Amino acid sequence: MEERHLTCIGCPMGCQLTVTMENGKVTNVTGNTCKRGDIYARKEVTNPTRIVTSSVRVKGGKIAMVSCKTKEDIPKGKIFDICNALESVEVDAPVEIGDILLRNVCDTGVDIVATKAVGCK
Amino acid sequence: MSQYDLVIVGGGPAGLAAAVSAKDNGIEKILIIERDNELGGILNQCIHNGFGLHTFKEELTGPEYAGRFIEQVKERNIEYKLNTMVMDISADKVVTAMNRVDGMFQIEAKAIILAMGCRERSRGALNIPGYRPAGIYSAGTAQRLVNIEGYMPGHKVVILGSGDIGLIMARRMTLEGAEVQVVAELMPYSGGLKRNIVQCLDDFDIPLKLSHTVIDIEGKERVTGITIAEVGPDRKPIPGTEEHYDCDTLLLSCGLLPENELSKTAGVTLSNITSGPIVNDALETNIEGVFACGNVLHVHDLVDFVSEEASNAGKNAAKYIKEGKSKNSKNVQIHAVDGVRYTVPCTIRPDEMDDKVTIRFRVGQVFTDCSVATYFGDELINKRAKKIMAPGEMEQVILLKSKLAEYPDLKDITIKIEEA
Amino acid sequence: MYDVSIVGAGVIGSAIARELSKFQVNACVIERETDVCEGTSKANSAIVHAGFDAKPGTLKAKLNVEGNALMEKLSQDLDFPLKKNGSLVVCTKEQDESLLDKLLEQSKLNGVPGCRIVEREEMIQMEPNLADDVVKALYAPTGAIVCPFNLTIALAENAADNGVEFKMQTCVKSIERTDDYYVIHTDNGDIETKSIVNAAGVYADKLNNMVSGRKLKIIPRRGQYMLLDKTAGEHVSHTIFQLPSKMGKGVLVTPTVHGNLLVGPTAEDIDNKEGVNTTMDGLDSLAPTSSLSVKDVPYRQVITSFAGLRAHEKDGDFVLGEAEDAPNFFNAAGIESPGLSSAPAIGVMIANEIAEKLGLKENPDFNGTRKGIVNPASLSMDERNALIKENPAYGQIICRCESISEGEILDSIHRTLGARTLDGVKRRTRAGMGRCQAGFCSPKVMEILEQEVPMSMFDVRKSGEDSRIVVGYNKKI
Repeated sequence: MEERHLTCIGCPMGCQLTVTMENGKVTNVTGNTCKRGDIYARKEVTNPTRIVTSSVRVKGGKIAMVSCKTKEDIPKGKIFDICNALESVEVDAPVEIGDILLRNVCDTGVDIVATKAVGCK
Repeated sequence: MSQYDLVIVGGGPAGLAAAVSAKDNGIEKILIIERDNELGGILNQCIHNGFGLHTFKEELTGPEYAGRFIEQVKERNIEYKLNTMVMDISADKVVTAMNRVDGMFQIEAKAIILAMGCRERSRGALNIPGYRPAGIYSAGTAQRLVNIEGYMPGHKVVILGSGDIGLIMARRMTLEGAEVQVVAELMPYSGGLKRNIVQCLDDFDIPLKLSHTVIDIEGKERVTGITIAEVGPDRKPIPGTEEHYDCDTLLLSCGLLPENELSKTAGVTLSNITSGPIVNDALETNIEGVFACGNVLHVHDLVDFVSEEASNAGKNAAKYIKEGKSKNSKNVQIHAVDGVRYTVPCTIRPDEMDDKVTIRFRVGQVFTDCSVATYFGDELINKRAKKIMAPGEMEQVILLKSKLAEYPDLKDITIKIEEA
Repeated sequence: MYDVSIVGAGVIGSAIARELSKFQVNACVIERETDVCEGTSKANSAIVHAGFDAKPGTLKAKLNVEGNALMEKLSQDLDFPLKKNGSLVVCTKEQDESLLDKLLEQSKLNGVPGCRIVEREEMIQMEPNLADDVVKALYAPTGAIVCPFNLTIALAENAADNGVEFKMQTCVKSIERTDDYYVIHTDNGDIETKSIVNAAGVYADKLNNMVSGRKLKIIPRRGQYMLLDKTAGEHVSHTIFQLPSKMGKGVLVTPTVHGNLLVGPTAEDIDNKEGVNTTMDGLDSLAPTSSLSVKDVPYRQVITSFAGLRAHEKDGDFVLGEAEDAPNFFNAAGIESPGLSSAPAIGVMIANEIAEKLGLKENPDFNGTRKGIVNPASLSMDERNALIKENPAYGQIICRCESISEGEILDSIHRTLGARTLDGVKRRTRAGMGRCQAGFCSPKVMEILEQEVPMSMFDVRKSGEDSRIVVGYNKKI
């Protein structure tokens, strides 16, 4: 049996959740004061995911950087790998919102897409 | 002097939404004046996600959210001028502005929407003692340097203030390889959203020290270290609780101030509490035909609410342009008491108001298991239970025209926090 | 071989340099910092004192009154802002009114024109926000406020335009005296010179003691200030001084020449000649002390606080002129208040002494006027549009709070002794000096410096060598 402690992000309450797990399965959630806490806790301990946002260099653009994100959620554990992968990415202007800047980042099956249009200098 | 129906000062989220709404409500000659080199305002540097859940029912990044509205402005062929600074607004609605191409010029407007946004409280305004070296940035300046210019302001970072921008920058600097050592917050609660505390600090094991502040800054040329200390209930440092951090950077995220210098030139009356204009239910200031919305009116935490409010301002400005001044309608005062710090709007016109008017407010402290009570005169009209309310999150009460119609002699509305 | 080497590019060094440039002279100014006006000259009350305060017969008394008289013409010749707002020394009902009469008597002995005692009724007409306890005041109509940055920069620029060389980032390590000249060893090479002027501020004792047996001791006396937003700038219109009391020497409350409100200074003797840090106790003391003379100062509108060090010499007066035992080594030491006010007169005095000693001839090419950076806010709309048409950069606002255009910033970079740092741009143009304290404009000013100097972004500094603003790219390239 394993216990994990989390802060719920559902509302400003920030309930302190205790999740009890057995063999990787959630057996109990306590400390939550509403259903949202339960749902959050179950997801967060079994499959925590995040959208990673960053910016990469753009050659010949009106500005130096173009902002970008993972098109979908990626596993939380991959955040730093993805940031490292973005270190050396450089794209050419112009860039449109939604343009794919890097395919299948870190084998997550998720693409990095531009979140801003950057015109040519 | 050129003439426009509507001049909107500021091309950030508030200005854009106001413009779209005014156009959709039949106003043709609109001009947005933006001081930066692109539309979108501060959203351009807010590259994180979490915007738009209310407006677009999906989670967008700041630039994407701005992009949606910029597209709407362009589709409607609404005129805008970039790199243009408004220098003065007169009480009779003459806007004086300047840029490289047109020089200094004046525009006569039938109506004006103030949408200038806000600025960050600086180190100086916080009275933090110590040296004045390089390496002290407001979180927003650091955000611009990192996200738009592509430079790192420092390697070892301490953050004062747990406002959302500070939390977001804690994560951002960490992901770019900096070491964020601690976030200190003067108040016993955070000014930021829970989600940001978890995903920007907890995810990266960055400690948040509540009831702490910076009491000394070292380094004559570049920051070399800072000292924080715990504060008591009087918010004064407690001797013996000092902790020293070696660092080269101090980021400040200690609150935002509406930028109303231009409003003042026009003679707009400001609230001592919000530092924004005092407005009625149409978001109209004391100067007829001058409206305000977004962070220049009061600081919001969600851009979705800014867009909604601005859209309302645009609609009301359109109505004013088409129909002229409303009849001398009755004004009902809205009082904010017992834990409610302020309301926007401050007055409501029962005869002229929309069917539904949203009254937004903030509370002065953290409240748990309490309720928001609305009184018409002395009569309790509505009581809504809330598990928690915090100063960092905007609250609202909705008033219905039909309900006000039942009280023809109504003079005052009071909104307060009561026990549940 | 230089005829004269001036150590220190503060207001005193710059004033002496400019006066010297009226002669045919091979002169240089040696400054350890990256810019002029980096020490005491940048952090003080920005007051041109009338001159009633100093003890009659002292150098302070004489040069203050002379400096005050020279300041107005200087401000016209060199185009820096000066405003004769007059000053009041206020007496509260707790205090001894006869002290005011003594000050009035002293003002007469010192030759200060126009001082008189004003009673409460008149005083309140002049200054409605004086504290309720204030009963009487000494009014000095010749008191004025000045921009200390532009005063110093204007003097230095004009000196440079008239042939004085400025060596920045050059710190004196030791001085060697030969039979008929000096060798100044610096961290930037040796400088041979026939004479030396010691205008080294809080370090003037160190410099003097390298060559003279008549030892000086400069005690850095820290003064902390708070600067308030322009919205508070009209809280008082005169400079309001306090009579010394049990609480100490008191603090002044004054408008600045740019329309802010300034409160300070504290007075603390410290050991550290680099100790320009503010302290919690110091800042906290300003509100209660200022309330003795001025009520309701809106401290919520503070935009910055700072500290400066007065170079207090242990004997109390300015130390001026050739050192007895070191020929051709001229001191301008112990320059604390009223140093800024006295600067023009100190410049004349020291330059003339040197000229006489070295037998310098008049410089027929001396041009004593200088145009400052244009202040577009002072122009009509037509004039402003003509300016923008000629140079569109004047149409682009960079600093929102102070409405400073790109044109002004470009001028500050490209003129004589041009700005190379954010602080350099700030002190020349006021970009970054407003209520947001450079939050919005610093990235833009950095970009302009990068392009115009030109320099790498990584070499853009706030002021000193180690004050870089950015430390790397946020991504490898």
